[in-house]
Amino acid sequence: MQGGGENATTTDERHSSRVTFEVNGSSREVTLDNRTTLLDALREHLDLTGAKKGCDHGQCGSCTVLLDGRRVKSCLVFAVTLEGRSVVSVEGLAGPDELSPLQAAFIAHDAFQCGYCTPGQLCSARGMLDEVARGWPSAVTDDLSAPAELTDAEIRERMAGNLCRCAAYPHIVAAVRETAAAS
Amino acid sequence: MSTGAVGRAYPRLEGREKVTGTARYAVEYPVDGITYGWAVPSAVVRGRITRVDTTQALASPGVLAVVHHGNAPRLAPGPEPELWLLQEPAVHYRGQYVAVVVATSLEAAREGARLVRIDYDAGPHSTVLTDDHPGLYQPDHVNPSYPTDTAEGDFDAGYAAAPVRVDVTYRTPAYHNNPMEPHATTAQWRDGRLLVHDSNQGATSVRATLAELFEVPPESVRVVAQHVGGGFGSKGYAKAAVVLTALAARHVDRPVKLALTRQQIFGPIGYRTPTIQRVRLAADADGRLTAICHDAISQTSTIREFAEQTAVYTRSMYAAPHRRTTHRLVRLDVPTPFWMRAPGECPGAYALESAMDELALAVGIDPVELRIRNDTEVDPDQGRPFTSRNLVACLREGAQRFGWTDRDPTPRARRDGRWLIGTGMAGSSYPARARPSSARATARPDGSFLVQINATDIGTGARTAIWQVAADALGVPPERVEIHIGDTALPTAPLAGGSMGTASWSWAVIRAAQTLREKLQDLPGGVPADDVSADADTTDEVGGQPTLPRYAYGAQFAEVRVDADTGEVRLNRMLGVFAAGRVVNPTTARSQLIGGMTMGLSMALHEEGLLDERYGDWVNHDLATYHITGCADVESVEAYWLDEHDDELNPAGVKGIGEIGIVGAAAAIANAVHHATGVRVRDLPIRLDKLVGTSSLA
Repeated sequence: MQGGGENATTTDERHSSRVTFEVNGSSREVTLDNRTTLLDALREHLDLTGAKKGCDHGQCGSCTVLLDGRRVKSCLVFAVTLEGRSVVSVEGLAGPDELSPLQAAFIAHDAFQCGYCTPGQLCSARGMLDEVARGWPSAVTDDLSAPAELTDAEIRERMAGNLCRCAAYPHIVAAVRETAAAS
Repeated sequence: MSTGAVGRAYPRLEGREKVTGTARYAVEYPVDGITYGWAVPSAVVRGRITRVDTTQALASPGVLAVVHHGNAPRLAPGPEPELWLLQEPAVHYRGQYVAVVVATSLEAAREGARLVRIDYDAGPHSTVLTDDHPGLYQPDHVNPSYPTDTAEGDFDAGYAAAPVRVDVTYRTPAYHNNPMEPHATTAQWRDGRLLVHDSNQGATSVRATLAELFEVPPESVRVVAQHVGGGFGSKGYAKAAVVLTALAARHVDRPVKLALTRQQIFGPIGYRTPTIQRVRLAADADGRLTAICHDAISQTSTIREFAEQTAVYTRSMYAAPHRRTTHRLVRLDVPTPFWMRAPGECPGAYALESAMDELALAVGIDPVELRIRNDTEVDPDQGRPFTSRNLVACLREGAQRFGWTDRDPTPRARRDGRWLIGTGMAGSSYPARARPSSARATARPDGSFLVQINATDIGTGARTAIWQVAADALGVPPERVEIHIGDTALPTAPLAGGSMGTASWSWAVIRAAQTLREKLQDLPGGVPADDVSADADTTDEVGGQPTLPRYAYGAQFAEVRVDADTGEVRLNRMLGVFAAGRVVNPTTARSQLIGGMTMGLSMALHEEGLLDERYGDWVNHDLATYHITGCADVESVEAYWLDEHDDELNPAGVKGIGEIGIVGAAAAIANAVHHATGVRVRDLPIRLDKLVGTSSLA
């Protein structure tokens, strides 16, 4: 009934690599199957299950993390490509036992229900606010030369890559708006 | 003495865990020696497996086993044929799980699944619902136990005699629940006992099903569901993931975790059946309905009957002397349809509330006024007065808040540049039910209390709502109450479904709290030296409740803009007013209602399961091609409710709010699109290609 099995390890030397990258401020050295995505590295090898797997195809945004400060869908990134790079997942958005203003605003505005898309929403919003601060326009920005203004329409457009089946969207927008206004 | 926790806007108890990523879902618990399962779906629609070649898969590094009908542990043939998995060579629909590969890593399991070779003898299939399908039949009842057909008066005569008549047919496609967390399970067998962490809407029934299938006593099975990433009906009972995982874990004698992929949950875990609905309405010149008929057609599978109660909404919503409803079903070679948020009421209200809009135009009466004229204090179906019916109050308040007054009913009369603007509305209703539950309340020496109940929080806010109810029932500040849910080790409770969770659970919690307070009365200071507990079981009380028509009501309003050149439809705003009994937590209640309304928007404009008849399966089975409403689609969705008191419901006085938000929502939007464009699209979703090229659009 069983084949290849127990003796064949999943970290077969021909198909695995050692990689060192920073996760939430700490350097982590791991040997991973070359096929392992950043999402699975976090969830299955580093016990950081905050980033969620909703589709594994980059279509839902639940796995969004920050890679060198920019938001990426971690299911579309191979972990072995991350040598020397820096990852922040939802677990690293605030210090231990702390909440970032964005996290606190999500609770205050009830910007989630089942909570499964929430880590991705939070990382995406954090990355998005930095993009706005850098003046990056979006598809709904009228004047590409003016500083980006964070209207509700801008927030909705810029957060459109993160699906929420519970449809907490109005509350997500409110939480992001409040956080942006306070910073 | 009430501390007044109920009715206050507390943030969710598990909010901190959810925003810090520490809330653990079904396949996120660390387990020593864990292995990974990957499901293999069938590549044919109907047929028989003739050979399973596992050679390549087993030779692949890390693969431990390929579990299939030829080697899988045996399951008892139970009442749920959908779950009799890996037991027989027969294939009943495309995508049916026919094998599971278990490996030491996720990557190895996935690769192994790719390498399993399965040969089939495939037969002809029928997978498309039509209104003249030769297999149409009349089921014995419709979900869950309503009569299939009803008739009062003489519909044909009443319809023929009326001065105003509407005869229209609406179609809805397959809709797929798509909770953000696909169905997933971690299973561990130890000494004949099974522990599963599973993503479901009710662990009590999942345990019962597993015990039956694996032929072990229910006490030997523990099901934990602390956090569940949505369900919307699709996790209402035990589904394939938990059975496959438990089978695989038993086969390899190691813990297994298995998460179905997004593609794998378009069908086998259930979906909303496509419907074909003919609605006939007749009215006098004043718009008073004289005859109503709703004929609904839907599909089921060849292995289990699921009959969507599509026309049941019409039985109790509006009154008329002559009424008829029917349901017909076809058995197709498809996965069995199942619950999706407001099964029956959701598609049924789309048809009836759209037809009411067509009648309003035909008779020349405002759509809000038409519904007010046809309101009834007596349930037309049961012939008894409703325990409370505040439809008219919802309509009036909604019209006022939305700014409906003085609306020009003329279609295609408002324009803003390229955009044609229109408004529409619909009524809404959903039954208020309760099921038996048990619960335990414990007083502790430190003055705190523990409330235990196997309720499930799938994102509804159940944990927080029960905690508030418990605090009031115990007569203490909620900070002194701890609540435990989501585990079969706790007192049994019904599922989170049918908008009856809070009603059922709070009933048992209130009774347990009352008994506990009686026990504590005699103690000095009311604080025990050791834990003192009280148990409650509401089986007799709920069962003994008189059968009365109990319903929540609502009124939905929508404003859309339609691009006159491209036919693109955008929702400007949506507003709902609901009467749903007591609202335990305004924060989480508002989220539930907005969520339901937005899923109605998604149903009206975005979602559509596209089935390829050649392969008998939905081809757009992912979130890139099956569109669900996104953040950029929701400009303004607002929900309000009336202060409603109904003493004939349950001790907490709640009606349930998980589903009513979607009921009527799609009709309100479709009616608004007609008002904007003059085009009546009667098959959802309203895509731009159904608007462009029509005479009304340029």
